Amino acid sequence: MLKLENISFTADDKEILKNISLTVDDRFVAITGPNGSGKSTLLKIIMGILTPTTGRIWLDGEDITDLSISERANRGISFAFQQPVRFKGLRVRDLLELAGGQGKDGGERFAHACEVLSEVGLCAKDYINRELDDTLSGGEMKRIEIAMAAARGTKMTLFDEPEAGIDLWSFQSLIHVFEKLYQETSGTIMIISHQERILNIADKIIYLKDGVVLEYDERERVMEHLELDIRPGTCAALQKYQENCTWGNGVN
Amino acid sequence: MDAIQKKLLKEVAELDALPVGAYNIRSNGQSAARNTTASIDIVTKEDKPGIDIIIKPGTKNQSVHIPVIISQSGLKEMVYNDFFIGEDCDVTIVAGCGISNCGGEDSRHDGIHSFYVGRGSRVRYIEKHYGEGTGRGKRLMNPTTVIELSEGAVMELETSQIGGIDDTLRVTKAKLGDNTSLIIHDKILTEGDQKAKAEIAVELDGNASSCDLISRGVAKEESLQEVVIRIDGNAACHGHAECDSIIMDKGVILATPQLRATNVDAELIHEAAIGKIAGEQLMKLMTMGLSEKEAEEMIIRGFLQ
Repeated sequence: MLKLENISFTADDKEILKNISLTVDDRFVAITGPNGSGKSTLLKIIMGILTPTTGRIWLDGEDITDLSISERANRGISFAFQQPVRFKGLRVRDLLELAGGQGKDGGERFAHACEVLSEVGLCAKDYINRELDDTLSGGEMKRIEIAMAAARGTKMTLFDEPEAGIDLWSFQSLIHVFEKLYQETSGTIMIISHQERILNIADKIIYLKDGVVLEYDERERVMEHLELDIRPGTCAALQKYQENCTWGNGVN
Repeated sequence: MDAIQKKLLKEVAELDALPVGAYNIRSNGQSAARNTTASIDIVTKEDKPGIDIIIKPGTKNQSVHIPVIISQSGLKEMVYNDFFIGEDCDVTIVAGCGISNCGGEDSRHDGIHSFYVGRGSRVRYIEKHYGEGTGRGKRLMNPTTVIELSEGAVMELETSQIGGIDDTLRVTKAKLGDNTSLIIHDKILTEGDQKAKAEIAVELDGNASSCDLISRGVAKEESLQEVVIRIDGNAACHGHAECDSIIMDKGVILATPQLRATNVDAELIHEAAIGKIAGEQLMKLMTMGLSEKEAEEMIIRGFLQ
């Protein structure tokens, strides 16, 4: 169970997260909301990549606020970055074996690495020894990033917009990865997503806007409100945009 | 051979026992063991220290190991090894030098390896330099590699020096004929107050000759690295050089790629980059459970892999 207590985050005098308190005890939670609402910041604070300005974070009763990224990773949190990092020289297998290698011998580590690679729709034979450098496309990197997080099989896995840069065909295998992770670990999956197909399989949805959790409820209820909110003309963001869009007026 | 010598042999040539095929093991300035085969002969030079390695035409899938190990503090040597590789061969040559210096005097190995590669032959050359020891005496190495590729020959070099050598000047010079290809992967890691300079110069003299020179360096602590890569394009050729370095602590790196073309059909490219380990790389590995130090080590290991 993850508990966030009065989490705020300010950067460059801008309040990005405003006093967020949440208890996440569901298995599959999607986080959605407009761009700039603080979704990625929230996930990075859970992983320890960013330090909250105020507030505490608890994982299964342990206060992890002051733990480093590595310590949190070893407590069972995994993270799939929105923009995967490239490494000159390190191969796909090096990182996949690191991700899923605990308690396995060399052969088992390799077999597991191949298996997770196949699950994200990449032929293990073609990719396992590839370098994680710029010879891989953005889409390939993204799938490998997802495979790495899934390979760890930890009790909490955080995905920052996993669907970004993934084509339609891969999208189905992406859903399958989440389902498998859901079945195989008894843990929690938290996903930042704008995709209805991902929101549709979530147990609960967090709707974040301007650094505030507007909704955290069963999928059906949040979706109802979301639909209202995104109806043309009523979208707050759109209204705001229109209000600010005065440059066209008064120009002769 | 004592335990130190055996360890050095393992480090530079990955040998636990005597290798299969032809070999010459030089230990503390003497030939410690030698084996020749029907197609590979090794002959001691009469006019100067060193050996001639003569590989008969048509020799395929064979290897030659010629490691040098020095465990005697204060030993200094200059060795000339010449490789005569006949036509239509396919061979692997494993060289390398390991110095263990626990004494107060400098130990030094200078070697000139010359390769004359016959028409249509393929050669893979692996050279590893390694140093260890707690003595005040320095461990010094100055290897020179001279390469001449005849028509259609292909040579691939993997050279590495991963710590332990205090001062080194590594010189590689190559001349390429028609339809030849040279690939060099050079890896170097320096730490402490070590200094390393690598000079690689390739002359693409033949039509359809090509080279791909990749140098990767990591300079830690207060060490100094200098890399000069030069390609001369004198024909319709293709040359590519890449110097890529990671700088850490108070290390200093000077990378100088040089291209010189004397033919309008020469296509030459160089790339050079120096930078520290990216923060997001460390972060990614830390989200997988590694400490910052472990992440740093893994990134360097991969970079020099």
